[in-house]
Amino acid sequence: MNISIKAALLGSAIALAGPAFADKMHPTTGEKLAEDQTFTYRVLDEHTSVDPQIVEDVSGSEIVRDLFEGLYNQDKDGNLVPGVATGYSTNDDKTVYTFTLRDNAKWSDGKPVTAQDFVYAWQRLADPATASEYQWYVEVMNLKNAGPVMAGEAPLSDLGVKAIDDHTLEVTLASSLPYFAKTTTHASTFPAPKWAIDEHGTDWIKPENIVVNGAYTLTEHVANERSVRERNPMYWDNENTIIDKTVALVINDENVALTRYQAGELDRTEIPAGQYPALEQSHPEEAVIFPRLCSYYYTINVSDSAPEFLKDVRVRQALSYAIDRDVITEKVLQAGEIPAYTFTPGATAGFEVPAVDYAGWSQDERNAKAVELMAEAGYGADNPIDLTLLYNTSEAHKKIALAVSQMWKQNLGVKVTLENQEWKTYLTTRGEQNYEVARAGWCGDYNEASTFLDLVQSGSGYNDAKYANEMVDSLLADAKTMDNPQPNYSKVEEIIAADMPIIPIYHYSEDYMLSPEIVGSWPVNNVEQNWYSKDLYKVAK
Amino acid sequence: MLNFIIRRIAVAIPTLIILLIASFWLMQTAPGGPFTSERPLPAQVLANIEAKYGLDQPVYKQLWDYVVGILTQFDFGPSYKYKDRSVNDIIAQGFPVTLTYGVISFLVAIIVGGALGISAAIRQNSWLDYFAVGVTIGAQVLPNFVMAPILILVFTLWLGWLPGGGWNGGQWQHIIMPVIALSTSYMASIARLMRSSMLEVLRSNFIRTARAKGLPERTIIWRHALKPSLLPVVSYLGPAFVGMVTGSFIIDAIFGTGGIGYFYVNAAFNRDYAVMMGLTILLGSMTILFNMVVDILYAWIDPKIRL
Repeated sequence: MNISIKAALLGSAIALAGPAFADKMHPTTGEKLAEDQTFTYRVLDEHTSVDPQIVEDVSGSEIVRDLFEGLYNQDKDGNLVPGVATGYSTNDDKTVYTFTLRDNAKWSDGKPVTAQDFVYAWQRLADPATASEYQWYVEVMNLKNAGPVMAGEAPLSDLGVKAIDDHTLEVTLASSLPYFAKTTTHASTFPAPKWAIDEHGTDWIKPENIVVNGAYTLTEHVANERSVRERNPMYWDNENTIIDKTVALVINDENVALTRYQAGELDRTEIPAGQYPALEQSHPEEAVIFPRLCSYYYTINVSDSAPEFLKDVRVRQALSYAIDRDVITEKVLQAGEIPAYTFTPGATAGFEVPAVDYAGWSQDERNAKAVELMAEAGYGADNPIDLTLLYNTSEAHKKIALAVSQMWKQNLGVKVTLENQEWKTYLTTRGEQNYEVARAGWCGDYNEASTFLDLVQSGSGYNDAKYANEMVDSLLADAKTMDNPQPNYSKVEEIIAADMPIIPIYHYSEDYMLSPEIVGSWPVNNVEQNWYSKDLYKVAK
Repeated sequence: MLNFIIRRIAVAIPTLIILLIASFWLMQTAPGGPFTSERPLPAQVLANIEAKYGLDQPVYKQLWDYVVGILTQFDFGPSYKYKDRSVNDIIAQGFPVTLTYGVISFLVAIIVGGALGISAAIRQNSWLDYFAVGVTIGAQVLPNFVMAPILILVFTLWLGWLPGGGWNGGQWQHIIMPVIALSTSYMASIARLMRSSMLEVLRSNFIRTARAKGLPERTIIWRHALKPSLLPVVSYLGPAFVGMVTGSFIIDAIFGTGGIGYFYVNAAFNRDYAVMMGLTILLGSMTILFNMVVDILYAWIDPKIRL
């Protein structure tokens, strides 16, 4: 080939590529897009897996949502939007859901995404041989025969999911579940390519073997260092995807991550504890906070092993009243946390925080009432309570515990011993009720109040207070099948506020530094923070 | 000499076995397990998982299966936490990283530390000596978890010369800061040891004799003084080498290098039994090996030891 032909070819190649790069605009907002559409963010720890049925952590789920696509996605406000499914219909009592799948969805190897891929994935999730830590999710979805299948007592084919044809998926539930479609945005429900798993075994999710149906595919993974995902050209909506490459860097130290963010190496990082006020001053557009579906609380042991004074409801109420939540959120944490007087965060979809009485009092009134209750219960300066407050080792928990112990000491004369334990030791201690009062946190698995309130059900494995109230149990059981369960949820919150087996302290906020290019497209209103790289874009500086 | 080496190997094997059993037992007695989490798993789910990994077997059986797996297939087992990879994968990926920055740090520490120590001793009480002593004291009191973030602040944020972390397949730009952070305190120790032992040797009778014979200073230092003054340094080098190549939690955590140090500490927190055992065996064997190498070197430098 002579040089002039080469030059001519090169010229025409540039001419062809040119318009695509020059001044690319966002198709709907009309913003000018940055040339480099690489989104780089920090993760605290290495992800556990990118296998949809195996993954069990937040950072792994973030990757899985890019690599695979389930029946439904969430938009930037957390509403359901079609993924592989284009719609669904249900029978009258909402026990059978029939999903229609789009016919243009493809796997990265070119095979079509079919209803069988979902059936396989859901059976795989329930299969005891898979040994998924999220196996129980098929029970949350309330699939028919979930229990026996999980125990290996019934064949996988008994699970309430089947393919009517390639593009019709029929789901049968054990009982009505009005919010079933919402559960399909969870990573463990995403389809899986049977042929790739059969061929490569557990190595199927390595970059060289992986087959995906999401907007991105995994191109690099160095454990504890980075993972990279790049555009999957076979994705059905690839044309409307803007981010080309998403890079997750594992940086354990949050202060180092912030330095690297400031050096321009990252587009997103968490704001280290206590630094929000200063960063908000210096980088008002980049420091963002928004509510999350998480609650921070103290759980009180009310089981048989608990000391007598904790079995007295007046003492529990006094302990709760004497905590000045505003001091904790405004002086100790300073990052937009919301003081909590009830357990379920107000940000939860379809949930209205009920007005429990002590939430409306001033702190002076609460303190006065607390002193009164303590005296009634027979405790005070001459007969002080001596209690141990357990938390898992962490500076932030320590600060809060110190503040709370001071409040208890000053207002009620309670002597508090602080005890910290390493994470798994602490979980074991708490789970075995070898504690008096313990720090705890809870984030919703899905955006519905039951993911919080199930915690106070007497049979719940998460109920470390060992609180049992028949009324609460029956209200929650009924709520499952109600179209509007709010009255039951309000009642349960009121009962908890009266019985006080747990002391709500605050609802978490998410605080990020987001680069000016990405901050506009970040879904701050999605309280579950289910974000998808395909919906993000970087604007030109 | 051969006899000496065989004797040392004979001691090394039972040491390793004791290490293996002791760590297995310690690990099992720690509260919680690999699948303890804030959301306790339903009994059925936990039973399925334990069956898959053989954790439902009695402890001695688990240990036996584990050892058999290593001896017959060189299989160190799966990671319970990072389910898409095995312990062999973790070692294959993380250990070369650790080894790379460890060996470079070791060389830097010896060369810089040795040179500083020797020159300080030769020019005792000169500005060079004061400088060397000043630097080494400063380097020793500055812990690497303080130094590492400062390095990033200076070289990444202020000067913009180096990337703030990562490994990127071992590009030199990514190696510099981990090496500085890791080697500095070792360098300081080597310099101080080197200086004091060199000073001591330079005051001894045989050096005085060499000087009296009119040998040039250079010959006195390199031919006569260096070898005996290396003895205390060599005994320090074994543990120092092991310390550097077995990985550093701090370096991995702050620079995000993906080395073995972070995996090791995290495995303990995660109760990731197989990863912990695999790394204990690897790092234990290395510690034993390098201590043996030091002993042999020692015997070579100082024949009295061999007796």
